[in-house]
Amino acid sequence: MKELMLGNKAAARGLYEAGVCFASSYPGTPSTEITEELAKYDDVYSEWAPNEKVAMEAAFGASLAGRRSFCAMKHVGLNVAADPLYTMSYTGVNAGLVIAVADDPGMHSSQNEQDSRHHAIASKVPMLEPSDSAEALAYAKLAFEISEEFDTPVLLKMCTRVAHSQSVVETGERTVPEKTYNKDIAKYVMMPGNAKRRHPFVEERTKKLTGYAESSGINRVEMGGRDLGVITSSTSYQYVKEVFGDSISILKIGMAYPLPVEMIRDFASKVKKLAVVEELDPIMEEHVRALGIEVSGKDILPICGEFSQNLVAKALGGEVHTGRSLSETLPMRPPVMCPGCPHRGLFYTLKKLNCTVLGDIGCYTLGAVPPLGAIETTLCMGASVSSIHGFNKVLGEESEGKTVAVIGDSTFMHSGMTGLANIAYNGSNSTVIILDNSITGMTGHQQNPTTGYNIKGDPAGKIDLEALCRSMGFDRVAVVDPYDLAACEKVIREELASPAPSVIISRRPCALLKYVKRKPPLGVNKDKCVGCKSCMRIGCPAISIKGGRAEVDETLCVGCGVCTQLCRFDALKSAEKEA
Amino acid sequence: MSTKNIMIVGVGGQGSLLASKLLGYLLMSEGYDVKVSEVHGMSQRGGSVVTYVRYGEHVASPVIDEGEADSIVSFELLEAARTLPFLKKDGTIVTNIQQIDPMPVITGAAEYPENLVEKLRSTGAKVDAMDCVALAREAGSVKAVNLVLLGRLSHYFDFPDEAWDRAIEACVPARFLEINKKAFALGRAN
Repeated sequence: MKELMLGNKAAARGLYEAGVCFASSYPGTPSTEITEELAKYDDVYSEWAPNEKVAMEAAFGASLAGRRSFCAMKHVGLNVAADPLYTMSYTGVNAGLVIAVADDPGMHSSQNEQDSRHHAIASKVPMLEPSDSAEALAYAKLAFEISEEFDTPVLLKMCTRVAHSQSVVETGERTVPEKTYNKDIAKYVMMPGNAKRRHPFVEERTKKLTGYAESSGINRVEMGGRDLGVITSSTSYQYVKEVFGDSISILKIGMAYPLPVEMIRDFASKVKKLAVVEELDPIMEEHVRALGIEVSGKDILPICGEFSQNLVAKALGGEVHTGRSLSETLPMRPPVMCPGCPHRGLFYTLKKLNCTVLGDIGCYTLGAVPPLGAIETTLCMGASVSSIHGFNKVLGEESEGKTVAVIGDSTFMHSGMTGLANIAYNGSNSTVIILDNSITGMTGHQQNPTTGYNIKGDPAGKIDLEALCRSMGFDRVAVVDPYDLAACEKVIREELASPAPSVIISRRPCALLKYVKRKPPLGVNKDKCVGCKSCMRIGCPAISIKGGRAEVDETLCVGCGVCTQLCRFDALKSAEKEA
Repeated sequence: MSTKNIMIVGVGGQGSLLASKLLGYLLMSEGYDVKVSEVHGMSQRGGSVVTYVRYGEHVASPVIDEGEADSIVSFELLEAARTLPFLKKDGTIVTNIQQIDPMPVITGAAEYPENLVEKLRSTGAKVDAMDCVALAREAGSVKAVNLVLLGRLSHYFDFPDEAWDRAIEACVPARFLEINKKAFALGRAN
């Protein structure tokens, strides 16, 4: 049956048809929907793991046990899981093991623009790279075949425009191959003596995979006009096709690692001019150049950001479309915290108290944006908790009295706990605020070990954050409702002043959760409002100043009431009560 | 036929995902090759959101570039103006006249531009502007703005009423169907 399908959903469909039985992932844009879609199949066990390393190791265990297994993550998640990946390359697999990794060129929702193909090369693990939904489905299935045939985990590389574009796919039936687990110490115990024997196996495997890249059809030549030949992959292939159709020749790469050699030599010999069109780093380009073949690439195309058809046309001499624009500069519309976001009250308070705020990864990173402008650092998952320790150790008491780390509940479970252990063990008087909104928010509401529910929404083990922090040696654990500004201020002042390290749990569910009841929108009593703009300091997108008075957008306001605590003139009221 | 391009733009949270889902369904059922591209994650949080819908005999790129959009469907006026460079020379903008202040305007760092509809028209762009919030309210929910806009957009296509009806029935949850059908009809009629 033909269907219009999101790339991530198509990948999930391919995994399903290939008989995947076990999936463990940590959410991360743009990879999240693969696992969410797998969770909809009742005959696949799926779960959210606390982080990518745990997910990959769980998938490794399931592969050992003899069932096709899977894990997914965003590009930076693969850094977290790099440890098991690099050695799984040595052990190989029992049943097939596929790892989806989703890059984010253009950084739509990421903190860096790293190219995950480097991980494939460095770990010597083959990587497939689909260019649309149909290939996402086909390559997901193929990845399991390769995994079992060559005894290796296989990386399935998505990118934002493949993961989050819908295109037409044809679905098939599911078959479930099974294997049995057999004890094999020489293969699976990677102590030096065994690993020394496995490394040559990896090198030999890469040679065989290069042969596969040459002849299997995963990479294909589309001969057209011979004046220009382009080697390309992923979404870049689609841009090249959009601009040139069949008027040039294309070597379409479906396997990003290992790359073919003879195929490239042959293709290069048939065209007058050769170019590589690839987003981010010049990986294929350098491979071609290392073969002694003259090629252009990053000399005419950018290394930063996403490509598009106009960009490719401009670089390679195709037809460039142009539009028109208004003469004036339009105000930007950066992302902001949602109306009713529980983080808003907390950041307002931190800014008011002039705190130094070390931040982390999540919706609350938006606490760095004006007018809140509270957060001063964002590095990677868990870095707030680890870095406040180093910051306070260097700056001492003065810093300890005004510096906080903020980290979400899901990020805390991911890699905040180990940083907290360091604070407890090596003793800095640090204050850590866990922003517990009872969900993984940024990636679109995934459950995590603190929510009490699993990926299917069924009741599950629930980690008690207060008990956890106390058991790690924190005697001071306070819980506060971030909608209550006075209570927030009191608790933060107390814990910053305390002589011992502390954890503050700022607890209120994400305002977008379905079970959170919205209150009626607030209205402004125009007779009482004096236009002092005090309510504007919380940076709520529902409040604006119109004609010198505050105005609340009824389509946006969820009636959280945080703004009413800033109004000294009692001008903001529930429209319902006012009537 | 050559590939046709529809851009759906608005502010995160305004419901553009339903609009693109519905268009994708409609175009598939009319026998076209279709690609729909959207962005999830950070930018959904009240930022500018853009969805690309492309259809034709064979669609390659999942995105629409400057000067390529046959239609721009905009949930918010400033976003319509921001997307203007993507409009094809003879393209049409169908826009809600609702104005949502972006944070730089809220904080006073910038001003919301005045008379945007006139300014857009002065560039030679065809602009079909309407108060979709009022019509959605009339239909029974301010959240039905997306169906009002699609109703208006349907003027510019030759697809039969039944095709739109089937797409609405397939994409809208049953309990909201009546309101959404009414919103679509109001958009189409006005």
